[in-house]
Amino acid sequence: MTSRTINAKNMHYTPLNKRIKELVKTGVQEIVLENVLGQRFIANGLRGKVTIHIHGVPGGDLGMFMSGPTCIVHGNCEHAPGNTMAKGKIAIHGSAGDAVAHSMRGGKIFVRDNIGYRGGIHMKEYGDNPAVLIVGGLAQAFLGEYMAGGKIIVLGSGSDRAVDGREIGSGIHGGEIIVRGDVDEKQLGVGAITEDFGKEDLDAIKPLILEFCESFSLDPKQYLDTKYTRIVPASSRPFAGKYTWE
Amino acid sequence: MSLGSIPMRYRVKIDREQCMECMRCIDNCSYGVFREENGKIHIDSRNCTVCHRCISMCPRDAIDLHERPVDYRSHPLWTPEAREDIINQARGGKIILSGMGNAKPYPVIFDRLVLDACQVTNPSIDPLREPMELRTYIGKKPKQLHITKNEAGDLELETELSPNLKLDTPIMIGHMSYGAISLNAQLSLAKAAAKVGTYMGTGEGGLHEHLHPYQNNMIVQVASGRFGVDIDYLERGAAIEIKIGQGAKPGIGGHLPGEKVCADISCTRMIPQGSDAISPAPHHDIYSIEDLAQLVRSLKEATNWEKPVFVKIAAVHNTAAIAAGIARSSADAVVIDGFRGGTGAAPKVFRDNVGIPIEAAIASVDQKLHDQGIRNKLSVIASGGIRNSADIAKAIALGADAVYIGTAALVSMGCRVCGNCYRGLCPWGIATQREDLVQRLDPEIESEHVANLINSWTLELSEIMGAAGINSIESLRSNRSRLRGYMLDEGTLEVLEVKPVGA
Ligand code: SF4
Ligand code: SF4
Repeated sequence: MTSRTINAKNMHYTPLNKRIKELVKTGVQEIVLENVLGQRFIANGLRGKVTIHIHGVPGGDLGMFMSGPTCIVHGNCEHAPGNTMAKGKIAIHGSAGDAVAHSMRGGKIFVRDNIGYRGGIHMKEYGDNPAVLIVGGLAQAFLGEYMAGGKIIVLGSGSDRAVDGREIGSGIHGGEIIVRGDVDEKQLGVGAITEDFGKEDLDAIKPLILEFCESFSLDPKQYLDTKYTRIVPASSRPFAGKYTWE
Repeated sequence: MSLGSIPMRYRVKIDREQCMECMRCIDNCSYGVFREENGKIHIDSRNCTVCHRCISMCPRDAIDLHERPVDYRSHPLWTPEAREDIINQARGGKIILSGMGNAKPYPVIFDRLVLDACQVTNPSIDPLREPMELRTYIGKKPKQLHITKNEAGDLELETELSPNLKLDTPIMIGHMSYGAISLNAQLSLAKAAAKVGTYMGTGEGGLHEHLHPYQNNMIVQVASGRFGVDIDYLERGAAIEIKIGQGAKPGIGGHLPGEKVCADISCTRMIPQGSDAISPAPHHDIYSIEDLAQLVRSLKEATNWEKPVFVKIAAVHNTAAIAAGIARSSADAVVIDGFRGGTGAAPKVFRDNVGIPIEAAIASVDQKLHDQGIRNKLSVIASGGIRNSADIAKAIALGADAVYIGTAALVSMGCRVCGNCYRGLCPWGIATQREDLVQRLDPEIESEHVANLINSWTLELSEIMGAAGINSIESLRSNRSRLRGYMLDEGTLEVLEVKPVGA
């Protein structure tokens, strides 16, 4: 496997991304970015099979519109990693800010620790590659707001409340939010309801949990039971019946 | 007790002596006004939407159509509309949905502005024998040019130029999505744009592969739902437009109901078939002007800074300040959509009451950008209620670089502005996905009509310019001394920075 390292110290994001695109074009399969400090838009709109190791803290919109590559962040992330992403994977060895996976259509985002507000907002799915967001730690309010498809899983490690905030799934009209432990009725947003989480549900998410744990060398056993709450849309047509004709 | 029925809005009649019973009205009306019983045509006037399809297809001019055949007690405040809306809402407790643009009789500023022409002191120009420059470039212009002489003595441009769109006419076709309108309607518009050397917008509905041949004339839209947006889509567009707001419904989002999301639309929007396509009111990654700048840069970064990025906003009270913020965001153009802008569906209360007229918005934006010395950083595109070439000339004189037309382009394909687009039964094959109706629209023929319209307006524009002694559209832009206000109040004249007639 051909690998290249870029020292991103004091580098503006545009030349950095240009360099990444050039390397990918020449068939490099692994790129290591050292000393990343707040550069936005890394791997933005990038295609291909490359794996990018990011050491440091990337700025906002990491992997926006990305279609294929894998980004492994050895550190925390700013807001909206995986914004409108189509394919590929982002694994964050740390926490991420607000609006993680915003409008993401496909691919996977794994966050080892916590995420901020509005995680998975307006997430979607299309074809056989539904968007997946898995959070190892906690998520804040407005999780899965306006969700239109895909899967959000919050494991809540180290806490008995994976999501403490309110308005979970407000306006949700597709997809599902799976939260470890209990969720209070009053934490749900308009249009969201809870459903029992059964054995088949566990079977359905098991491969994802295994993949997540493998990414961060965690023991999956602790997550392989049915102590989850499943949040789904009350209706796939939240606005039907709201209008009359002129 | 029942509220009873409200009086019928339109009465359709057939002059039985004229009628040859060809039954074309039955075939053409998708709203089910006509039916055949025992060889006779029966009429249910209540279903009529005044789309005029039957009238235009009747070979004998046998159809009569009248609005409000039943009168109410006349009252200046309690109009029939006010009364009927209340009855409608008392019945169901719902929001009233409406189509097309603002339908309230606000005064039209365009109609109270008159254009200038030369007499004696400076000669007018005859466009027949003098070249008229209507070419328009949309995008950032450098503040100054740095030119050096190389060793061979040739001049070389040192200044790096930003990407611009090159238009052969200042008229573009605004964003109407696949979903809101049919694929044949989009194809007609795209072919027309390519023919006349201009651009059209995709709307927030993705880019169907049948439109790929015209992608060099298409501006791809990124709206709050991010439907159909991926890197491939962004790369195909000649420019990218971020839609923040729309003149017909400022401040709210939109949604395409699941029943309209058929296989083809599901594939361009990239959502499952039959699922609602909901565009939230805000972009959830934009809560400030800095966030907007971030999205602009993100789109540029994804496309290697090769494409102009536009930002579309609805004309509202503080549009000028917002535009000044947009000018500092790396965006190349601002699109301002006035409160008369059309739409497939909007809550009536928004369509008729929210926003400001495009004329005032352009003038204040243009002035603000000039005052701050940043007019060159942003092109201004005006849209919302442009009806003819005079409106375009006035919009440009008020400060626009170019205009988007929407409704006018649809009218050139048959639309009669009946305002029932949201019902999905458009008998002209425009605002519908019903295959038999869509087939009524032939992109070869309709693109010709749309192109004819743009060509005629372009011709008229050069005549208007010639009469004013102007031979380049650049000299008309922001040239408010060539306008006068007729019966406009002092406050409006001040905002427009236009003198009254006679002054
Ligand atoms: S709806 Fe249209 S086609 Fe039908 S009767 Fe009315 S005008 Fe004619
Ligand atoms: S597009 Fe069709 S439905 Fe809409 S206003 Fe025009 S004729 Fe009526």
